[in-house]
Parts: sequence; C-alpha cells; structure tokens
Amino acid sequence: MLFSNILIYFVLIPMLMLGGVALCRNIKQIRAVAVIGSTALIALSAYLIAEFLKAPVEDAVDGMYYYQSWHWFTAQNLNINLTVGVDGVSIAMLLLSSIILFTGSFASWTIAQPKAFFLWLILLSTGVFGFFISLDLFTMFMFYEVALIPMYLLIGVWGSGNKNYSAMKLTLMLMGGSAFLMLGLIGIYYHSSVDGHHTWNLLEIARNNAISTEWQYFLFPMTFVGFGVLGAMFPFHTWSPDGHASAPTAVSMLHAGVLMKLGGYGCFRVAMYLMPQAANDLAWIFLILTGISVVYGAFSACVQTDLKYINAYSSVSHCGLVLFAILMINTTAMTGAIMQMLSHGLMTALFFALIGMIYGRTHTRDITKMGGLMKIMPYLAVCYVIAGMASLGLPGLSGFVAEMTIFVGSFEQGMTDFLAGAGSLRLVFTVIACCSIVITAVYILRVVGKLLFGPVQDKHHLELTDATWWERLSTATLIVCVAAIGCFPNFFENLIRGTFDPELFRAIAMNLNF
Amino acid sequence: MDYSQFLLMKQEVALLVVFLLVFLYDTFAPKKALNALSGITCVLFGIYTVACFCPCVTGASENVFNGMYETSPIIAMIKNVLNVGVLIVLIQSVNWANSDATAVRRGEFYELLLVTLFGMYLMISARHFLLFIIGLESASLPLAAMVAFDKNRYESHEASIKYILTAVFSSAIFLMGLSFVYGLTGSLYFSEIGAAIAAASSPMLICALAFVIAGVGFKLSLVPFHLWTADVYQGAPTPVTSYLSVISKGSAAFAFLVILVQCFSAVYAAAWEWMLYALIILTITIGNLFAIRQRNMKRFLAFSSVSQAGYIMLGIIAMNAMGLAAMVYYILVYVFSNLAAFGVIQAIENHTGKVDMDDYRGLSKTNPKLSFAMMLAMFSLAGIPPFAGFFSKFFIFTSAINQGSIAIYVLVLIALINTIISLYYYLLVVKAMYISDETPVIEKFKSSFTDRLGLTVTVAGIILLGIVSVVYNHILTLASHSSLF
Repeated sequence: MLFSNILIYFVLIPMLMLGGVALCRNIKQIRAVAVIGSTALIALSAYLIAEFLKAPVEDAVDGMYYYQSWHWFTAQNLNINLTVGVDGVSIAMLLLSSIILFTGSFASWTIAQPKAFFLWLILLSTGVFGFFISLDLFTMFMFYEVALIPMYLLIGVWGSGNKNYSAMKLTLMLMGGSAFLMLGLIGIYYHSSVDGHHTWNLLEIARNNAISTEWQYFLFPMTFVGFGVLGAMFPFHTWSPDGHASAPTAVSMLHAGVLMKLGGYGCFRVAMYLMPQAANDLAWIFLILTGISVVYGAFSACVQTDLKYINAYSSVSHCGLVLFAILMINTTAMTGAIMQMLSHGLMTALFFALIGMIYGRTHTRDITKMGGLMKIMPYLAVCYVIAGMASLGLPGLSGFVAEMTIFVGSFEQGMTDFLAGAGSLRLVFTVIACCSIVITAVYILRVVGKLLFGPVQDKHHLELTDATWWERLSTATLIVCVAAIGCFPNFFENLIRGTFDPELFRAIAMNLNF
Repeated sequence: MDYSQFLLMKQEVALLVVFLLVFLYDTFAPKKALNALSGITCVLFGIYTVACFCPCVTGASENVFNGMYETSPIIAMIKNVLNVGVLIVLIQSVNWANSDATAVRRGEFYELLLVTLFGMYLMISARHFLLFIIGLESASLPLAAMVAFDKNRYESHEASIKYILTAVFSSAIFLMGLSFVYGLTGSLYFSEIGAAIAAASSPMLICALAFVIAGVGFKLSLVPFHLWTADVYQGAPTPVTSYLSVISKGSAAFAFLVILVQCFSAVYAAAWEWMLYALIILTITIGNLFAIRQRNMKRFLAFSSVSQAGYIMLGIIAMNAMGLAAMVYYILVYVFSNLAAFGVIQAIENHTGKVDMDDYRGLSKTNPKLSFAMMLAMFSLAGIPPFAGFFSKFFIFTSAINQGSIAIYVLVLIALINTIISLYYYLLVVKAMYISDETPVIEKFKSSFTDRLGLTVTVAGIILLGIVSVVYNHILTLASHSSLF
C-alpha cells in the first residue's frame, strides 16, 4: 500500500500544498497553507528522526530504512520502480529541507504575486524531497530536474538586477549538467546488469557491483560532473553568483541552502557509491578542481561589494569543501561533509534571509553605500554577526564542527596516503583548503566591520525599522538550528554515522583500503 | 477471393466509411445544415477513434493479399496515435473552418484530410512497394491542396508550390532508389528484398539506400532535406501546419523504420547506421540552431519540429523493439505537446491575427490560461519532468544506448547537449509570456469552446501521459511482440 510508508508523505504533503495554494483566494490563505504545510514537514522529519534512532538494524535493507518499492515502468526488463528508503544522511537532508522551506515561507511573507510564487516554490521543494527519498536512479533524476526548472521562473519573474541573464544562465548550466548526468545514469543502467537483468535500483547496483573498471572511468566523471555542476564545482560554478544575486530571498535560501546539497548528495550517493573504483582512481582530478573551488571562491568573496555576491562566492567555497571532503573517501571526512551540508545549508539560508531583509529596507546591497546598521537595526545586525561567526568557524556554532571534522579527516587520509607512498596530493590540498578558513575570516570580518559597525553612509537609513515578527521568527529558527548543531554535534554525528558503516559501504570497502 | 481478409483492414475500411459519410453529407445536405459539418466530422471521427482502440487483431502480425498489407497490434497502435492527433487537429480547426473565408470550402478540407490519413495508413501497413507508393502519393498530393487552402493569401500559394515541388521531387528520388533496389533484388516485397540483400550485398545498394533515405528524408524534413519546412509551415493555414508537423511526420517516421528494418536490416551496420548517425546529428543541431533566431511562431515551431524529427530517428537507429516502442511513444507525446503549442497559436491567430513571438510579451497577464498551456507545451517539448516530454526523451535515449557502442554514447551526448540548446529557445517563449515587463500586446479575450476543448485535451495528455505508466508499458509490450525484429 502506497500510503503506509511514511516517506511517501514527504512528497504527498508538498503536493497537497500545491493543491491548497492553487485554491487560495488571498495572501493570508496562501501564507497559512505554506506555514501549515512546512510545519507538518518539519514535524514529519522530527518524527522520522525519532523513529529512525529507535529502529532496529534488522529493519534496514542495505542500511536503508523504510525501504519500499512500487512498480512503475516495468514492461520488458525496463524495471523503473518508485523505490524509497532513507538512511541518516537522507534524513538529515529532509530535516534541512523542511526547515529551509519553513523559514523561506516566512522570508517571502510580503512577496508580489504570492500564488504563482508559492506554487513554483513548493513545486521546487517537491522535487527536493522526492530526490532525497528516492533510491531509484530514474525517479531520482526526475525529481532532480523537477527541482531545477522552477528556478527559471522564480528568478526571472521575482528576481532583481540582471535577472533575465542570470535565470537563463543558471537554468542552462544546471540542465547542461543534468545532460551529462542522464547519459551517466543510462550508462550505469546498462553496464551494471547481471545475467541480462537491468536495474535502476541504487542498492541493487551497489550490491551487484558489476560495472567494469573501464566503464567506471567513463561513467564516473559523467555523473560526478553532472551533480558537481549543481554543487558549484570549479569551473562550473559561474551560474551560482549570478543566480543567487538575482534570485528573490526565499529562492536564494532554498537554492543555496538545499538545492546545492542535491549536488553533493548525488555525488556521494550515486557517483562514489556506485563506482568506487573510479572514485578512488580519479579522485585526484576532482580533488584539484574542488580544492580550487574552495580557495578561489573564498578569494572572490573578498573583493565583491554586493552582499549577495559575497555570500554566493562564499557558498562556492563552502560547497566546494563538501565535495572536497567526500572525495577523501575517509569516514571522518565524509561525516564532516554531511555536517558541512547541514551547517552550510542553515547558515547560508540565514545569510540570504538577512540580506533580503536588509535589501528590503535599504534598497541597496552594495556594502560601500551602507554602514552602521548595528545602530539602526540591531536585531538583524546581531543575526548577521552570528551568521558570520558560524561561517568563519567559531566554536559553538555549526561551521566549526563541520570544518574541523573535514580537515581532521582529510589530514588523516592525507597522511595515510603519504605514508603508504600513494603521493602527497591529498595532504597538499588539505593544507591549501585549510587556508580558506583564514580567507573566510577576512571577508566575513570585512563585511561585518563595514556594514554593521562603520559610520552611517546614508542619512535616510536612520529612519529604517528593525525586523518584523515574521522576520524574527524566520531568522531565530535558523540561528537555533545553527547553534544546535554547534552545541550538540554528537547527536547529528550519530544520526549520520550509520551511513558510513563499513558493511553498508561494502562496495567501497571491498576495493579500497581505508 | 477471401473477403474476410478485409476484416483485418478494419481501420482502413472504417476510415473510408467515415470519409464517405462526411463526403455524402457535404454533397447532399441542404445549405442550412452544412454549418453542422464541422461538428459532425469531429463526432464521427471521435467515435471512430475510440472504436479503434478496441483490439482489432490479437497476437502476432497478420498478412493480407499475399503479404502486401500487414497489420499487428503495434501497427494498430501507431494508427491510433495518429487518429488521436487527427481528432485534436479537427477539433482545433473548427473555428478556422467555420470562418467566413473558408466556410464554403470546409467540406473539401475534411475530405482531403481524411484521404491523406488513409494514405498514411497504407504507408504504415504496406509490405510491398507498389502499395507503399500509392500510400505515399495519396498522403502527400492532397496535402498540397490543403496547404494552399487560404487561397486569397499569397504565402499560402507560395507554400503550396514549394510543398508540391519538393514532394514530387522527393517521390522521384525515392522511386529512383526503388528502381535500383528492384534491379538488385528482383522483387518489390519487403520481405523478399530483405532476404535477397541478406544473401548478396552489392555496392549499388549503398546508392539505392541513399536515394531511399533521401526520399523519405524529405517527408520527415531531416537536414539537409528540410529546406521547404519553414516556408511551408509559415505559409500554410495553421491547422494544416499542425497536421503536417505531427501526423505527417509521425506516419513517415514509422514507415521509415519499417522499410529500413524489413528491407535493409542486413546492411544495418555496414551502411545505414552511419548514414542515419550523420543525419541525426545534422538534423538535431541545425534544426535547433536555426530555431533560436526565429521570431514567427510558426517558423519557430517548424525548426523545432525539424530537430524533434532527429530525436524520433534515435528510435530507429536503436534497431530493436525498445526503440520501436520509444519511437511510437515519442510520436504520441509529440502529438500532444506540439498540438498544444499550435492550439495556442491558433487561438491567438484567430482572435488577433498575431503570430510573432514579440506579440506574446506579457501574455500571462492578459490570458493566463493560454500562457499556461503554451508553457506546458514548451516544457514538454524541451523534455522537462514531470511532463510527458521528459519520459519520451528519456526512453528514446535509453533505447538508443542499448546498442552499446561508444559511438552511440557520443551520439546521445550530442543529442542531450542539443536538448539544452532547445531548452534555451523554448524558454524564450516562456520568457516572453511570463517575464517580459512590457505592456501586453494581446488583449484579454475568451477563446471559443473548441479551442478550449482542444487545449484541455492536449494539456491533460502532457501531464498524464508520462506519469501514468500504463501507456508506455502497453506500447512496449506490443512492440516487443511485433515481428519486425
């Protein structure tokens, strides 16, 4: 039975929300639907976490809980099913997505044309939730694309600045990535078969582990680049600054906070998990690229004057770190990568929400034209400082936990490689990537100093008001989450550690020496 | 003679009955009752379409007239797909047919249309080249008259002349190739030609094959045989354009597959795989690149349909049952998506006479429903989930890759990169309708009942055909039981 599985509600609730918003007559009803729906999603994820932590290991199929499969396109060995299942990582991502959707709804409290806006926004999140619960390559890809296309209209219609150009660039680049991805997935489908039985099922493909090394060398770059484009991997990151700068607040939040995680999650779940041999052998190429992302993104953020550009480049840097850590193929670093996904998702959403709120008041995002906001809007300014501190890795906030874990794991793996005579690439790039912490501090402190504490640049700004209740609610929720990860990292580490169980990661473990 | 053989030709016979009824009504009905002609045709054809979905043949394929004519479930299926398309075209054309300029001649329009459909049936079912030529000619010559139907418009004439000249020219080339084939093999039966070619190949065959492919390539408007497409699509009355772009193309594609597989399967790897390979790359790429610059919506969809034909060919190059199924499904989805786009164009053209993309600016503010239908059509044509176009593209790529060679991967990669180009120009339409800030050109208007009915059907198809997996599962099952491979 379809509705007996809890996971299906993660897609069903957004669909109901879509129907609800379509029936709404005025903005109040739309707000109500958005808030009730996203609250239900948060409650559902919380319930799922509680159930998941209690669930006995025997319930899992290859480490995936609530595993279930329904036939879809099954004629003639096509074997496309709707397969769902979650492990700690997916649950963490589901929680993240519902929190961002919740806060995003508040951040777009007074948006123009609310009906159409929320329809597209919820369609986008339907794709996101569907992606995270799918274990079937076809449905995964389908939801992935469902999440991409609403961006075009969301940026194009509700965006600001050079929105036409940015919307088109973002859509075409991400769809370009998904073109490679589609080829990679079809390749995986054909080359993972055992006795002529093809399958799209992720777990079955991993279990069979039947993709020959040569094909892995061909398909791994396809899938990794395909997802990597969304993860803002250098040199495919150029959509990100333009896109985020032009997007309306809630879309920036959802896009940087959740959609970019689709990239990292996909790289890890599909590319690395299914093709461990190639992941090991070709990791150096992508380590170099993501290493460049990390440092280059941070340096670029230093010279920008537009608040959104600063944060977008900082996202390139931080998301680069996610891919970087995944490529270490080391349990500690990978755990760090997932922590970083969570941490960056919340923190960047907080940043974009705040930038949107500041922009809504001052009508400029240029830091040279603003200053002294701490006196004018203390609540927003304090939130901005907290977000900044999380971003540069202050202990007690989420950034520290994530980056610390990543660098410890990376260095560990680098030393292992080095001592085993496997080259010093990982070690060198870990050291290089570590530099990004310092650069992050530079651009964060520069903005905080200039924007919040400098002299007031524009007298008109003195008349501006501080945050409204919905803005306070939205930012406070995010800050609580950021602090929760920072203060109780153990809880989240326990949640996701199961994923890196050697038994589950057998495909990788069989081929590689940890 | 065993007259029971005609039972297997159920679809053709029934179509003839529909044709005769329409013809008799048009001829003998009193002047006043003629206004009902459009409605009667639509209803009759609707009944016929629904009736055809009842299985006419069970099991494998069956021959009639010593193997000149063949029918099988998958063949019945493609005919049904065409029927659905024709039904939508008929519904959408009611407004135009009843307009003052065409009302006196609308009977001819319906009759010509049904005759061409009959010709397409013969093309699909023919297993002997004589019958095939009859089908080909009766499918293309009346179309020239239909293209020239707006006889007071200069463009319509020009388009008609272009169409008839290329149609005759391509038929001549096709016949030339056919005479080579006949000379080589001594038969016009598909099966005997196939056997003869498998037994002894000859260099001359390459020449014959090139002529045959070129001949059909004109019908499908594959690059470099596409030069007539844009002008004809632009000049023809819009219902005829939509008919040309989906029905004519769909039937030719299926017939093309049958010819290549039944007659020339022995030289698949040696000859036509590579010809088709090059044609697909050219067709998709050039069609896409030219579509970017078009401002007239009909020319725009003409080039888009050129590139769509390239994607349809991917199902042929797969050379297996999955490819056949993917092709039939692709045609089905293409029928719905393209007709949705043409439905919007027609509704706007009938009310305002505007067909330029620039006129669509800000359409979402004045006519939100029409813009929504157009947007779904564009998304489906571009292959965006959860709309049907995504599924059809995915399946056709999957079936093509089944061949497995690295060259096919390259081909599919090129096709995939082209979907990004196509997404760009489809999004241009969406951008004009939704994002452009300029004051809307087109006033708010209420479209007629038939326009709305046609658009509702096509939009429902776009949304449901993919998600409801029964359709593709059914087609795939039928295809895998076909005797073609």
